[in-house]
Amino acid sequence: MAKAKIVRKSTWVDMTAFVDVSFLILTFFILATKFKPVEPVEVKFPSSVSADKVPEMDAFMVTIDKDGRVFVQMDDPKARESIANNLNETRQMGLSPANIKAFTNAPSLGVPFAGMKELLSMDPEQQKNVRQPGIPVPDSTGGELYFWVRDAKSTYAGKKITWLIKADSETKFPVVRNVLEAFKRNDINKFQLVTKFQDAPVGTPLWNSREEIIKKAGGG
Amino acid sequence: MADIDVSGGGGKKGPGVKKAKKLSTRVDMTPMVDLGFLLITFFIFSTTMAQPTAMQLIMPKDTENLEEQTKVKASGALTIMLGKSDGLYYYEGDDPTKIQNTNYKDIREVVINKKKSTKPEDFVVVIKPNDEANYKNVVAILDEMTINEVKKYALVPISPVENELLVATEKANNIQ
Repeated sequence: MAKAKIVRKSTWVDMTAFVDVSFLILTFFILATKFKPVEPVEVKFPSSVSADKVPEMDAFMVTIDKDGRVFVQMDDPKARESIANNLNETRQMGLSPANIKAFTNAPSLGVPFAGMKELLSMDPEQQKNVRQPGIPVPDSTGGELYFWVRDAKSTYAGKKITWLIKADSETKFPVVRNVLEAFKRNDINKFQLVTKFQDAPVGTPLWNSREEIIKKAGGG
Repeated sequence: MADIDVSGGGGKKGPGVKKAKKLSTRVDMTPMVDLGFLLITFFIFSTTMAQPTAMQLIMPKDTENLEEQTKVKASGALTIMLGKSDGLYYYEGDDPTKIQNTNYKDIREVVINKKKSTKPEDFVVVIKPNDEANYKNVVAILDEMTINEVKKYALVPISPVENELLVATEKANNIQ
């Protein structure tokens, strides 16, 4: 009787196609996305039909979280250094050079002037874990934010600077109004509100005129 | 690695003939796939797709001088007031007692109708959020101005009289 021959089949799977796909997706993610910026707090901003990109350079950003805490952010380390020096002198905070260096390296800040030295004396890892109380903007005088804006304005004098306001959807309006007031008292009346893009609803005047622009561009 | 050796022993070579060992050119790709997907995961978590956009907001300059203040014709004015719990109210002209209840869907029609029925140079929308309104509502209404291509609009603090009427209307509608 003939013995039944067991055919041994290879279990080797060709992974080449798999590699192709995974690297294709990887390339897509590298090219199509951007690294998340360091955020002091998580802010869910509302959406608007505006399609303008947020400028990245020479921007002074005020972030407001949903509890009404106010933070400031500046992109340029040199500007941060000069603002720190200015504030140190005018507000007599008694910051040491090491503190100012810490300020220069911190991307954002949300403490009253009184608590600044304490925060800046901590090492960066500790700083991240501290819950910052926010810059006091108690009423329509602009609070301490007024001085921040004033110094930022003089630091950036001569340059075209964008004043960005990024607030959480749930932020109560009075806080936003006080922040706007701090800017207005510095004679700044033009702002950019950070929002998420959303298409204009179909049939509205804006939608119609946008369609027309697209038609013109396509036809010509 | 994860495969079973299937090469049979010896070959059909005669005795004394040295067997040249055939080396496989197949490369095991599994670690490369692992690495690829690890990097994908990393990029998904640490990057963002959505670029935030910027919405322009221009505030009027505060002035004590009455002559410098922008005059608004009562017939062309539409005042929209924002209250708590996404409440929205409006009145036409300069009489706040004609306050009417609306919502974020219907306000578009109100704005469009008013725009049609008034002269373009007289038409102005005044936006007055009270202390209970939140930022999302304010942005939504400012956005509505852009959507309906309202040329003149202003974000103005609410007056005590209007606020009282607003609160009274909220109470009448049982809005908590």
